[in-house]
Amino acid sequence: MRVFNSSSVSWRQLKDRAFFIAVCTLSLVMAIPLVAIIGEVIQKGYKQINLQFFTEVAPSTLDAMLAREAGGVIPGGIVNGIIGTLLMVGAAALIAIPVGIMGGVYLAEKPKAIFSIIVKFLTDLIQGTPSIIVGIIAYTVIVVPLGSYSAIAGSIALSIMMLPLIVRSTEETLKMLPTTLKEAGLALGASYTNVVLKVLLPSAFSGLFTGILLATSRVLGETAPLMMTALGSSTISWNLENPASAVPLLIWEFYNDPNLIDLIWSSSLFLLLLILIFNFIAKYIVERSSK
Amino acid sequence: MRDKIFKILLLLSALIIVLICGGMFYFLVMGSTEAFGHFGIFNFISTAEWDPNPDNEQYGALSFIVGTVMTSFLALLFCIPFSLPVALFNGEYFRGTKIALFMSTVVNLLAGIPSVIYGLWGFYTLRPLIISLGLSEQGFGILTASLVLAIMIIPYAASLSSEFISMVSNELKEAAYSLGATRFEVIKSVIFSSSASGIFASYILALGRALGETMAVTMLIGNTNNIPTSLTDTSNTMASVIANQFGEASDLRLSSLIAIGLILFLITAVINFIGKMIIKRFN
Repeated sequence: MRVFNSSSVSWRQLKDRAFFIAVCTLSLVMAIPLVAIIGEVIQKGYKQINLQFFTEVAPSTLDAMLAREAGGVIPGGIVNGIIGTLLMVGAAALIAIPVGIMGGVYLAEKPKAIFSIIVKFLTDLIQGTPSIIVGIIAYTVIVVPLGSYSAIAGSIALSIMMLPLIVRSTEETLKMLPTTLKEAGLALGASYTNVVLKVLLPSAFSGLFTGILLATSRVLGETAPLMMTALGSSTISWNLENPASAVPLLIWEFYNDPNLIDLIWSSSLFLLLLILIFNFIAKYIVERSSK
Repeated sequence: MRDKIFKILLLLSALIIVLICGGMFYFLVMGSTEAFGHFGIFNFISTAEWDPNPDNEQYGALSFIVGTVMTSFLALLFCIPFSLPVALFNGEYFRGTKIALFMSTVVNLLAGIPSVIYGLWGFYTLRPLIISLGLSEQGFGILTASLVLAIMIIPYAASLSSEFISMVSNELKEAAYSLGATRFEVIKSVIFSSSASGIFASYILALGRALGETMAVTMLIGNTNNIPTSLTDTSNTMASVIANQFGEASDLRLSSLIAIGLILFLITAVINFIGKMIIKRFN
């Protein structure tokens, strides 16, 4: 242990005070970018949010240019992006949730097996893989063989990104359950399947649900993998085999088109709100279940 | 019987994860064979030229590797003076209080903002600032990208390292207090020294994030295919060149982009592996 009283007491107390103030100041500085980003998005975006915004597809460059020259608000909305996002994220969740939960159950049931350790390692590997690489893979495996960009390719890319989060959150939640729960179920003569499906998973519900919400909110804003798989579309498409648009993809398109620049802020505001709602629900569930 | 099928289903789900990983590696390698075969692996990595001119196609990854390393490390450098105080704020000074909860909400919200919105903010707010400071003419470049990247990785570094800081045992801290240490001295000589490897690992994992960040960097780095020579130079990272050129690429160029993807995949895998290993040993 170091000798502490090498300098005068008041000097040391001063240093202590100064350090505390520095920590607080630098920490509070962190709130500045958050306030700045959210503030900018709200301030520039709220004007465009109207009924049209949710019912019409993104306008063409020409329409937007004419409206701008007339000094009006750009016509149209982002409904093609909203539907594309719902469709792709929904399909991705449908793929990732069952596989992720079952994979998580496997890991929680056999924590010491070598295979489990390998799977855990690989789950972390997928989680750390940059989204653009997941995009390359979905492009090579689905877009190239099918011969066209499609919403399903986007969904699969997103589901690969959701999977590790769901697996790990399922595993962590199940590990926290008391083993007596499982033993009681088995002692009552319930089959293993029933114990997992009717005892373990329901007791872990809030943890699982939080994991799913966080995984979903993480992929809602993904842009790069969708550029390489879903491509974007100017019309509403309900068919998973067709190219589809998504809100983050539209933001990227608007950003690249000077005539549509006004729409990026309202689209960003919408996307941000969507993600915040998911985050807050997740947080609410965590807080309620921990009480 | 039903149990058997159920257990097989569980095993299959775990197997899918192995298949995804194997598939990612396999398809990246298959996709890059053309580029590696044409230029040679070593040559591809050590050449900086990127010329899509069909008469004399020449692709090398060096400038993108340098660009990636420069932006990521610079972002890490910018991130430390903010994430470390936040970690102390949440993990030591105000641990378990309402104000720490507020701070961790701020951090979580920052982590939730999509990359493309960070890019917009960087473009419309930070870039004019860089221009008005006279740092560069267009405002694009390594510096702008790293600043935004730093804000994006602060949440990861801060929340991970605050966990390690809060894990330092009370007995150790109390022992130091009883010797007459001030809080600053406890932090400096007890907390930092016993959570050093955990904090280090948090920054390694944050670096892993920074290496693969795509959209915000693509929107701010300027997208030029050259080795950056100064902080305000425009450049490209591995992720940004893929995002920029993938849609229009074919044949050799596409294969070269996939090869860059493979290199990026391997680098992030190694970085994340090191970080996870340090954390495992720490626990």
